[in-house]
Amino acid sequence: MNALVVLLTLPLGGALAAVAFPAGVARGAALAAAAGTVAAALAVASEVAAGAPPRIALGGWPPPLGIALAADGLSAALLVTTAAVMAAVLLAARHTMAAGLAGPRIAFGFWPLALMLWAALNAVFVSRDLFNLYVGIELLSLAAVGLVAIGGKPEALAAAMRYMLFALAGSLLYLAGVALIYAAHGALDIDLLASRRPSGTDALALALMTAGLTAKTALFPFHVWLPPAHAGAPAPASAMLSALVPKASFVILLRLWTEALPDEASPAALTLIGALGVAAVVWGSLGALAQSRVKLIVAYSTVAQIGYLFAVFPLLPLAQAAWSGVIFLALSHALAKAAMFLAVGQWMAAAGGDRLEELRGLAQAMPMSAFAFALAAVTLAGLPPSGGFLGKYMVMTAAFTAGQWVWALPMALGGLLAAAYLYRPLAALFAREGASVAAPSRARQAVPLALAGGGIALGLASAEPLALLANGQPPIQAVVR
Amino acid sequence: MTFVLDAVLCALILGVAAATIAGHGVFRAIVFFIVYGLLVAVGWVRLGAVDVALAEAAIGAGLTGVLFLAAYGRLGREGAGGDAPAPAHLPAAMAGLGVTCALGWAWSALPLPDRPGPQLAEALPMSGVENPVTAVLLNFRAWDTLLESVVLLAALTGLWMLTRDAAWGGRIGLPQHVRPDGVMAGFGRVLPPLGLLVGVYLVYIGADRPGGAFQGGTVLAAVGLVAALAGAVRPPRIGATRWRAALVAGPLVFLLAGLAGAALGAGFLTLPPQIAGAALFAIEVALAASIAVTLAFLVLGPPEETITR
Repeated sequence: MNALVVLLTLPLGGALAAVAFPAGVARGAALAAAAGTVAAALAVASEVAAGAPPRIALGGWPPPLGIALAADGLSAALLVTTAAVMAAVLLAARHTMAAGLAGPRIAFGFWPLALMLWAALNAVFVSRDLFNLYVGIELLSLAAVGLVAIGGKPEALAAAMRYMLFALAGSLLYLAGVALIYAAHGALDIDLLASRRPSGTDALALALMTAGLTAKTALFPFHVWLPPAHAGAPAPASAMLSALVPKASFVILLRLWTEALPDEASPAALTLIGALGVAAVVWGSLGALAQSRVKLIVAYSTVAQIGYLFAVFPLLPLAQAAWSGVIFLALSHALAKAAMFLAVGQWMAAAGGDRLEELRGLAQAMPMSAFAFALAAVTLAGLPPSGGFLGKYMVMTAAFTAGQWVWALPMALGGLLAAAYLYRPLAALFAREGASVAAPSRARQAVPLALAGGGIALGLASAEPLALLANGQPPIQAVVR
Repeated sequence: MTFVLDAVLCALILGVAAATIAGHGVFRAIVFFIVYGLLVAVGWVRLGAVDVALAEAAIGAGLTGVLFLAAYGRLGREGAGGDAPAPAHLPAAMAGLGVTCALGWAWSALPLPDRPGPQLAEALPMSGVENPVTAVLLNFRAWDTLLESVVLLAALTGLWMLTRDAAWGGRIGLPQHVRPDGVMAGFGRVLPPLGLLVGVYLVYIGADRPGGAFQGGTVLAAVGLVAALAGAVRPPRIGATRWRAALVAGPLVFLLAGLAGAALGAGFLTLPPQIAGAALFAIEVALAASIAVTLAFLVLGPPEETITR
C-alpha cells in the first residue's frame, strides 16, 4: 500500500475506531493508528528526499475533473514535524487523558478529535485542490474547536464559541474566493491555476481567500480568539492547537501566493501582509509581557510567532532564502511551542495552577521539563544554535540580498521581546525556593524535552531539512513590478 | 412569463432577507429565516440545481429552523429575554456590505459560466451512476465527500464535549413532555411513516435522479427528530454501542471501499466501472444512515439531565 494513502487514511480509521469502541479499546486503537501514521510520514518524506515525490490523481480522475494529491519538500517537512508533535502529544495524553484521571467525557472525545485533527493536517499538507483544501481546514477547525471545548469550564466554552465564529467566517471568505476562481477558470488544481490565463477577478479572489485564511491563522488583527482558546484547553490539546493548527492555513496561503497565483502578488499587497505580521510580533509580545499566567504567556507568544511568518511575505518574490527561512521558523515554532505547552501541563498538574507565583522553584522538582521549557525559549527567541535562529538568519539574509533591510528589523526586535516575556516564567521556575510537589516520572518529563531538543537539532543538523525543502521549491518571481 | 416569475422570486428573496436582519424580535427573524431558506430552495430549482434545492430546504430551512426555534425557546425559559432589541453591529454590517459589493462586481465582471466541460461528459458513463451530482460527490471528488462525512462526526463529537460531566451517559437532548392527545403527539404518529418513505426513496433514487445520501439522510434525520420531539421514541444514551456504530458506518464503508480500490491495485478511491454502480449504492446507503443519525443527534443536542450514579 502506498505510504501517502496510509498517511491519509490511518488517522481517519483510528478516529472512527475511537468513536465506535469503549474508552480503553479506543485509546489503544488511537495509539496504534498514531504509530502507523508516524511511520507513513517518514516513508513519504524519504520518498521525497530520494527524488521520487509521490503524486496521486484520486480515483484515477486527473484534474480538473478529480483531485490531485502530491507531496513536495514543504509537505514532507510539515508532515514529519506534525508526526513528531502528535506522537509526543499523544504519549503525554496517554496518562492525562485516560478515563480515570480526566473523566469519561474527555476520555471519549479527546482521541477521535486529536486523530481527526491529524488527518486534516496531513490532508491539507498534500492536497493540490483549492476546494479539497477547504474541506481539509473545515475538518481541522471543527476538531480544534472541539478540543478547546474539552476544557469544560465556562471560559473554555466561551473561547471555543468565539474561535468557531472566527473560523467559520474565515471559511466562508475562503470559499467565496474559491468560487470566484472556479467561475473564472473552471479549475481548482494549483498546478492548473499556475498556468491559467489571468482573469480580472483573480485579485479579488486572492484577497478573499487571504482574508479568510489569515482569520484562521490568527494574524493580527484577527488574533483575538487565540489566547483564550489556546490557554483554555487542556495542555495536550493546547500543544496541538498552538503548534500545528495555524500552520495548515499558513501553508495554504504560502501555496496561493507563491505557487497558484504568484502573478497576483503585488508589492502593495505583500507589504500590507508584512506590516500586519510586524504588528502581530509587537502586539503579541506586549500581550505576553502583560500576562501573569504562564499558559497565557505561551499563547500570546504564538500570536507573535505567527507574525514572523507573515512579516516574511514581502521578501518571498525577491530572494530564495526567504521561503526556506519562513518554513524553518514555522517548523521550529511547532516543536518549541508543543514542548512548552506539554511542560506547562505537567507543572499545572503538580502545582495546581499556572500563575507565575505558583511555579516558583518548580525546576528543582522537575528539572527535565524546566530544561525543556528553557530550550524551547532559546528557539522562540531565535538564539543560536536553534532552528529558530537559522530561520531568522535566512530571512535576514534574504532581506539584505533584496535590499529591503526594513524586514530584517522585526526578526531582531521580536527576538528581544521574546527574551523579555520568556524571562519571567524562567526566573520563577529557577527561583531558589524548594517547592515540594509530586513530580511526574522522568520518562514523562522526557517527552517535552525531546520536542524542545528537536527545535535545537533543526538548527544544528540543518543540511537534511534544507535539502528536503529544495524539492519543489517554487521559483522566485524574477521581475519586480 | 418565466421572467416575471423569476423577478418576483428575486424580489421576495431579497425582501425576506432584509426582513430577517432588519427590525427587532428574534422569533420574527427566525420565521423569516425559514421562509428565506424555502425561497432560496425554489431559486435553486429555477436554476436547475434540484439536488442543491433539496439540501437547502432540508438543512437550510428545516433543521436549522428547528435549531433556532429550540434556542429561542430556551432563551425565553432561562429569562435571557428573547426579544430585547439588540444594538446594530456596525463593523459587521460594513464588512458584510463590502463583501457583497465586491462579489456583485465580480458577478458582473465574470463571463457567463460554461456548461460543464467535455471531461465530465466523457467520464460520466464510467462513474457507475447517471446523476452527475452523485457522480461528482461519490466518485470524481469522493475524497471531499469522505472528509465531509468525517466533518459531521467531528461536529457531533465537539458538541458532545459541551455536556456537563454530571450529565455524561444520560439520554441525549432535553427530556420531552408531550400531551398524549395534543397536536405534537398526532404529528409524531402521522409524519414519521411518510417521512421514512420519502427519505428512503431519495436515497434510492440518488444514483439516477436528484436525491442521494445527504438529501435522503436529512429527511430521515427529520423523521427521527419528529418522533423524538413527539415523545414517540426516546433518544438513546450518549454512549450506546449500537448508535456509535451507526455514527461511523458511513465514513467506514466509504473508507473501506476506497482502500479496497488501492488493495486491488486500481488506486485509492478508484472504482472499476463494472462494480462502480453497486459500490456507490452501498456507500450511499451507509452514508445516509450515518448522516441521518448524526444530524438528528446534532439537533437534539448534548444530554442535559443530571444522572445519579
